[in-house]
Amino acid sequence: MNTTTKRLLMLLPTLLAFTLGLFLYQGIGQDPNKMESSLIGLPLPKFNAQTLVSPSKNVTQADMLGQPALVNVWATWCPTCRAEHEFLLTIAKQENIRIYGVNYHDQRPAAQQWLQDLGDPYVFSVFDPKGVLGINLGVVGAPETYLIDAQGVVIDKLTGELNERTWPLLRSQYLTLLQETN
Amino acid sequence: MVKVALASLFLCLASLAVPLVQADIKSYEFAEPEMAQRFVDLTTVLRCPKCQNQNLADSDSIIAKDLREQVQTLINTGQTNQQITEFMVQRYGNFILYDPPLNKATLVLWLAPIGMVLIGLWALWFFGRKTHVQGAMLSPSEQQKLDQLLAENRTPGRD
Repeated sequence: MNTTTKRLLMLLPTLLAFTLGLFLYQGIGQDPNKMESSLIGLPLPKFNAQTLVSPSKNVTQADMLGQPALVNVWATWCPTCRAEHEFLLTIAKQENIRIYGVNYHDQRPAAQQWLQDLGDPYVFSVFDPKGVLGINLGVVGAPETYLIDAQGVVIDKLTGELNERTWPLLRSQYLTLLQETN
Repeated sequence: MVKVALASLFLCLASLAVPLVQADIKSYEFAEPEMAQRFVDLTTVLRCPKCQNQNLADSDSIIAKDLREQVQTLINTGQTNQQITEFMVQRYGNFILYDPPLNKATLVLWLAPIGMVLIGLWALWFFGRKTHVQGAMLSPSEQQKLDQLLAENRTPGRD
């Protein structure tokens, strides 16, 4: 074996370490909590549940169809939900976005009070005290926001707070869906 | 010394963990005793989606509790382990499995360790053979000196 080959071989460990380093470097800054929803591309799960406001009125997934919309999972015990509530009100009012709520693992009186005090951005909120709909949606924790098309197919999902920074990620897709619908 | 310390630490932790898990299972009721064992097995291999370094059995998060109850219900309604696993994967993806299946996304994960062992073996062979040759190359006079030194240092009664 000549000297050049030998020298090149000595570089091999460095090269391997560098490649591994490059691979690991990609992972830095990625949010380990960000998980792709398994529901993307699939229709909303079937459900039949009471609305938060009236125990006598039941709604199903069919009540969320017709127009592209957001499905927002929220609860009164969730501080981030409190933080994004104002923003939900703003886009519901100013941008005329349809938002359906899923009131997740909550107490009915507390949740009703919350909407009375802070305002109600939702077309309606599904009352899901045991998280049954939550499991079928693949909810990990509140808040989560799903973008659905007019047929109820889940297009995208946002884990965490909906705000000025995160809304544009969903907004452009929402507008495309809206154009397709009209 | 370190080994003993580590072993005793492990034993301490293990003795702590066992009663905790057992207490947890008792609050879940099953039609047959065999089902309780399946519950333990499933909640051990299914991962909590919220607290990502714990399994369903260990986690106290809301979602883990919900999913434990879901597993209980599914077992009691006669679903097989495979059906229950599929139920979870449908909703939470392969992420929920502690033992991810071999597919395109996980290929590197499965093959990298084998590759690294192969590289290591190759390196051992490659760098090992040279030293071997050099070590055997003592001149007769060097060998004589070595024998002499060894003989001098030999303590009576030992060896």
